[in-house]
Amino acid sequence: MNFLILHAPILIIAIPLLAAFATLLISKISPKLRNIFVITVLSFVLFLVLLLAHQVYTSGMQVYVLGSNQTTVATPSGYSIPVRIMLTVDGASIFMAIITAIVSLVGAIYSLSFMKKYSGLDKYYTLLLLMSVGMFGMEFTGDMFNLFVFLEILSISSCALVAFWTHKGEPSEAAFKYMVLSCIGALFVLFATALFYGQYNALNIAMIASRMKYSLLDKIALGLLVAVFAMKCGAVPMHMWTPDAYSKAPAPITAMLVVASQASLYALFRGVFTLYNVTLNCLTVGWIIIILGVLSMFIGVTMALPQHDVKRLMAYHAISQTGYMLLGIGVGLAVLGDTNALNSYGLMAMKGGLFHIINHAMYKGLLFLTAGAIFYVTGTRDLNKMGGLAHKMPLTAIFFMIGALSIAGMPPFNGFASKIMIYESVYKFNPVLSILAMVVSILTLASFVKVFHSAFMGPQLPEYKNVKEVPKSMLIGMGILSFMIILFGVFPDIVVNTIVAPAANALVNQGSYITKILGGA
Amino acid sequence: MIYNFPFIAAVILIGLGVYACMFKRNLIKIVIGISLIESGVNLFLITLGYRKGVAPIYTNAPSGASMVLPTPQALTLTSIVIGVATTALMLSFVMTIYKHYKTLDARKARRLKG
Repeated sequence: MNFLILHAPILIIAIPLLAAFATLLISKISPKLRNIFVITVLSFVLFLVLLLAHQVYTSGMQVYVLGSNQTTVATPSGYSIPVRIMLTVDGASIFMAIITAIVSLVGAIYSLSFMKKYSGLDKYYTLLLLMSVGMFGMEFTGDMFNLFVFLEILSISSCALVAFWTHKGEPSEAAFKYMVLSCIGALFVLFATALFYGQYNALNIAMIASRMKYSLLDKIALGLLVAVFAMKCGAVPMHMWTPDAYSKAPAPITAMLVVASQASLYALFRGVFTLYNVTLNCLTVGWIIIILGVLSMFIGVTMALPQHDVKRLMAYHAISQTGYMLLGIGVGLAVLGDTNALNSYGLMAMKGGLFHIINHAMYKGLLFLTAGAIFYVTGTRDLNKMGGLAHKMPLTAIFFMIGALSIAGMPPFNGFASKIMIYESVYKFNPVLSILAMVVSILTLASFVKVFHSAFMGPQLPEYKNVKEVPKSMLIGMGILSFMIILFGVFPDIVVNTIVAPAANALVNQGSYITKILGGA
Repeated sequence: MIYNFPFIAAVILIGLGVYACMFKRNLIKIVIGISLIESGVNLFLITLGYRKGVAPIYTNAPSGASMVLPTPQALTLTSIVIGVATTALMLSFVMTIYKHYKTLDARKARRLKG
């Protein structure tokens, strides 16, 4: 057990990576064995993540140095700077890793039945595991270059999965669009890394942060990083890939894509808070992020209203919900230099934003999975062709209702818990922003009432006379997420205190991050 | 001045690549544009290795010998390998798009709207 805890950071990345390629071999033996193998691997990873989470919450940030015989010592004897590749797991990283592990497992369980009738599943599961590797890597990495490497692993595997249905042209079109943007984005991340290396001779995030001078080159790097990661998480002026990629990917992959864009969101926060922190002009950068957030919220939801492709509609809502996270974190960033404001509402806004990340991953994942269930039985995503499905699929209807009420911010579901935190704290910062956020929430509810009405309510349609409830594995996948939603909604303060507050503190306290890695100096 | 030429070349390559991605209609030319950006970034990384001082891991350095920083070269190698993978994947998307749409024109290969 001690061995597992000690090496958990690298095992969480290495096990799915090795398993991804073992999957190809095992599916030569039997597809059934492969399914069991994939589920076992992802469950074991979830177990490791929870083990590591316990360790992080009880004894603080974990550092794992690769290629050293003392894996927890950041600077081995004789060196004053960290020269080896290292993984750093603090409150914020483990928070994102918990989300990634849960949603990957749910996605894999759901895929068992959903993807059953398609061929090429060995590659599908390989890419699914690689996608979780990319996300875990981005969340755990301690240096800028590995951030680029894992970003590319994530882009390649998720684009390949978006284009999984090659018998139609549209998935490839969506994937090409996503790939071009991710590729250019990742190259600009590499360029920003090179700018840091040229100035500070370091790739390690803590090392760069401790030497940060905020020169002109650093400002260029900041601009590149913010633009790229805001694009990758689907904030509004750069959101054009989101509806295409989300609507054309297989449903379980869409649920994972939501988490993949949140991993980029994490990278954005890590860059802004840990790399720069108070050296940057907090108010300006904070307002830039707030404006990105407000634009995403408002334009996302207004674009969602006229859609009649159910997954496209949900994809626009995903953009809109990303806005809430950016708003919460942006307010926290804007008051970062001001201790009084930070303690009175800034930290609360950040907690709200971070709590919304985990809630969003759960309810948006659930909604995309229910959309997949509708597609599975009806074969269409067009809302105008559906109707009366609640007669035959009562469980899916209930799951959809849980997700829809949660996204609209209705108590007692989890969306309400995080939105109320954002409203309250943002109101103290600027009342207009808070009111805008509430208006967006109402529009979200209106839009989901429309979807629920046209898909599930009404008389039974003759063409869907023979549909049945979806298979068990899909119900289990949706059930896990619904359970989490209700759990988080009923006990929000426990969740906030145990996992969200350490994440917010880890982001704000740049000093302790640097001290842990570079020592007392 | 002469030492700044590689940086200027890197910026020109990146600029040309971005231009190709933004204004070219042919999907293959867009992929070529991305390759150009990648070459520019790689050139920039490699150039960062040439500077005054001793290479850090070379402990028994002969005095007066000129050396290059090894880290940027390791980064560039990794980045080239990743670049091959992304280019291959993008070209395979272009192939699928051509098979279904019978065109490589970005203005005509547009079924996803709204």
